[in-house]
Amino acid sequence: MTALIYDVVVVGAGIVGAACAEECARQGMRVAIIDRDVIGGGATAAGMGHIVVMDDSEAQFALTRYSQQLWQQLRPELPPDVEYEPCGTIWVAADEEEMAEVRRKEKYYGQRGVPTEVLDPQTLEHLEPNLRKGMAGGLLVPEDVVLYPPCAARFLIERAQAAGAELHVGCAVSQIGKGLVRLAVGTEFSAAVIVNAGGAWASALTPGLSVKKRKGHLAITDRYPGFVRHQLVELGYLKSAHSTSADSVAFNVQPRRTGQILVGSSRQFGAEHGEVDTANLARMLQRAQEYMPKLAELSTIRVWTGFRAATPHKLPLIGPCPGDPTLFLATGHEGLGITTSLATARLLVDQIAGRNPAIPVGPYLPSRVPAEHAYA
Amino acid sequence: MPETITVTVNGTSIAVPPGATVAVAIALAGAACRKSVSGEARGPLCGMGICFECRAVIDGRLHCRSCQIICQSGMEVRTDE
Amino acid sequence: MSSLTRTQFDVLVVGGGPAGLAAAARAAECGLQVGLVDDNPALGGQIWRGQAGNTASEAAHWYARLQAAGAGVLCGTRVFHQPEPGILLAEGPDAALELNYKKLILATGARERFLPFPGWTLPNVMGAGGLQALVKSGLPIAGKRVVVAGSGPLLLAVAAYLRQHGAEILLICEQASWSSLAGFGFALLRQPEKVRQGFSLRKQLSGIPFAPSSWPVSARGQAAIEEVVISQTGKTKTIACDYLACGFHLVPNSELAVLLGCRVQDELVQVDDYQQTSIPGIFCAGEPTGIGGLELSLVEGQIAGLAAAGRETAAGPLFAEREKLRRFARVLDRTFTLRAELRGLPLPETIVCRCEDATCSQLAQHTSWRSAKLQTRCGMGPCQARICGPAAGFLFGWAQDSIRPPIFPTRFENLITSSPEVEHGAITGGRG
Repeated sequence: MTALIYDVVVVGAGIVGAACAEECARQGMRVAIIDRDVIGGGATAAGMGHIVVMDDSEAQFALTRYSQQLWQQLRPELPPDVEYEPCGTIWVAADEEEMAEVRRKEKYYGQRGVPTEVLDPQTLEHLEPNLRKGMAGGLLVPEDVVLYPPCAARFLIERAQAAGAELHVGCAVSQIGKGLVRLAVGTEFSAAVIVNAGGAWASALTPGLSVKKRKGHLAITDRYPGFVRHQLVELGYLKSAHSTSADSVAFNVQPRRTGQILVGSSRQFGAEHGEVDTANLARMLQRAQEYMPKLAELSTIRVWTGFRAATPHKLPLIGPCPGDPTLFLATGHEGLGITTSLATARLLVDQIAGRNPAIPVGPYLPSRVPAEHAYA
Repeated sequence: MPETITVTVNGTSIAVPPGATVAVAIALAGAACRKSVSGEARGPLCGMGICFECRAVIDGRLHCRSCQIICQSGMEVRTDE
Repeated sequence: MSSLTRTQFDVLVVGGGPAGLAAAARAAECGLQVGLVDDNPALGGQIWRGQAGNTASEAAHWYARLQAAGAGVLCGTRVFHQPEPGILLAEGPDAALELNYKKLILATGARERFLPFPGWTLPNVMGAGGLQALVKSGLPIAGKRVVVAGSGPLLLAVAAYLRQHGAEILLICEQASWSSLAGFGFALLRQPEKVRQGFSLRKQLSGIPFAPSSWPVSARGQAAIEEVVISQTGKTKTIACDYLACGFHLVPNSELAVLLGCRVQDELVQVDDYQQTSIPGIFCAGEPTGIGGLELSLVEGQIAGLAAAGRETAAGPLFAEREKLRRFARVLDRTFTLRAELRGLPLPETIVCRCEDATCSQLAQHTSWRSAKLQTRCGMGPCQARICGPAAGFLFGWAQDSIRPPIFPTRFENLITSSPEVEHGAITGGRG
């Protein structure tokens, strides 16, 4: 069978694959994007769609901040259905210990040029009256944003297509590597570069990758405009995101432009099926209700699950895959796929095209993570 | 058994026969139940509680399916928010 | 934290229409502890809505049997989840309920199929059953001008009912053709009860124009409908009216069966001779097993109730009646198949998903339900695609997604299960 020949074939049309395809196509490369289902059908569809700076590590901060700024630059071109809302994040402190963490974050972000504001309990209550009384305060990060990811992914794909990229959806991939992407139906794509942007399925495409599925639950309410105004996250969120073995939940709610309230977050390892886990869901919602008691009465209309792509060192893999000069990875973004998609695309193309990256790529190189790295 | 039940719809008193639903009271008030996402006036469609087009605010609670709720004396119904 | 009321039943019946009433009464008469739950404020489902006061009715007969047999009744109660086999979670008027059961009978009935056309979202454009339900709930209809349209025998029953209550029925538009309907007529002749009903209906509807091969093209008006444009055997005419009662036959409410993992084919729950689904101990009776009308629902409900009570031999004598009525149901199906022209009714700007106001042209850009859903949010609203799903299925040929809990919107706190307050068998008989 004659193979179709491309400069880059991106496997995975989620937000990361879409961003990579758009960046490659804009650089004049001949691009094909392949996905076994619909645009943004994986974690992109399931997740909370936030653009948030994180300070878990210098490398995580650098990537999230760089990417957040790229989103800001892209903002004027985003269509309305992407629902880009600069509502900001409030990290909520339940006690004095967490307030100490607030002050640490304020200093950290201040040193790096990220505007923040420490909120005392009165200001917090004024900004978010539906939070439980007795909070110690919080940290407002006004440049954080929420958006609607499936439409953002579609927008990026459309830009890629406008620059000549081909989209092949509904095409299951059976094998990738050594310059070849083979579909389950037999069609072959020949590429100088293959990008594995398979998210939670990246390890199925490239055996031996240290990317594992991390299941999460979400719930969404009917429309209650004004009930919550900012993305709200408990400071314990990082403890939840940190744990590499235990199931955990953390308070995290997000207002949608529709007025609906999106409630997360939960993390479970080892779950292969996407069915709703009633007990895990209940714990997540209970945590949310502890922070916002008035959630109790709200009409909840849908619940769903999704799989994040998790790595043991809590950073994504962006760069060449060891052992195959044609294969690049752009995966393992865990809960930060939306945030870091644009920077991922830039850093990936920097490496493909030999450009100078805006931030050091070292921490994200796949070669830095041994295969089958044990999860601590 | 009273002859009629009185509720208010958007501040106006409306009398309904006992057993009538809030959707009926809203109709008698000449109001639509809700505004859709794009601003269209909407009223009941299915009459059996599954379409959610008849939602109104009853005694301060949002998203009540008015076709499934029997009028109680003194209920305050709002459709104008 | 919300409290949970725990109840325990030998047989739990979901749905208080004819099938559920018959099933619950029969099972309770066998001496079992039976619970019947229904979403509506009172029992009767759709066809027997508001029949409580009519002591001579068939509905009243079944209510009396139910009460005499001591079955427990929970109205205003919506099932939203099954956390594990043997338990259903429901939202009642005051609390969340944990319904423990040994055997389960699903009698969840059917809903109208709505097809979009320009102006269908105007106030006072309702389903045929929808308008009837509103009138039964107290809406005054005397002196109002009504056009009844769509498809199915429900249109005639609704027209007769509304006329009885003083409405002026201007026209009944049935999309099926005369030849389809003639076939239906012949099938009716084999069912004496149906013939009798048919003659009675004819009398009640005498003088009302009935137009086959007809359908609404658009509804027009400002604050509510003022006129409807009808296509009648190729010609259009405009009729001024106060209400348009429009529904295109029925679709089964099989969501709970799907959630439980019962085998469903072509939207119909598959059952054996004793109305048992593919899951032992879970039965299904009435419309979700095939749209077949009142008598079939009553027969299937009784078979399910007896079988759930372990009295299969008592159910046997009902098989012949069921088979006869199922033949009628198959004819119903063929007669009221939707014609292809109806796919052309919506304009590009016509709303298809009413919860999210997603239009026909927005949906038409997609090649799958999943893609359309993610990009336009159609099907993601509180109706959980009960209205737009069948419409999109007809317009675009899309199959629906898998079902997830909650299968009905519920209060946030109800999804948090907490220590239950045990209330063993505390729900007692009565109409609820």
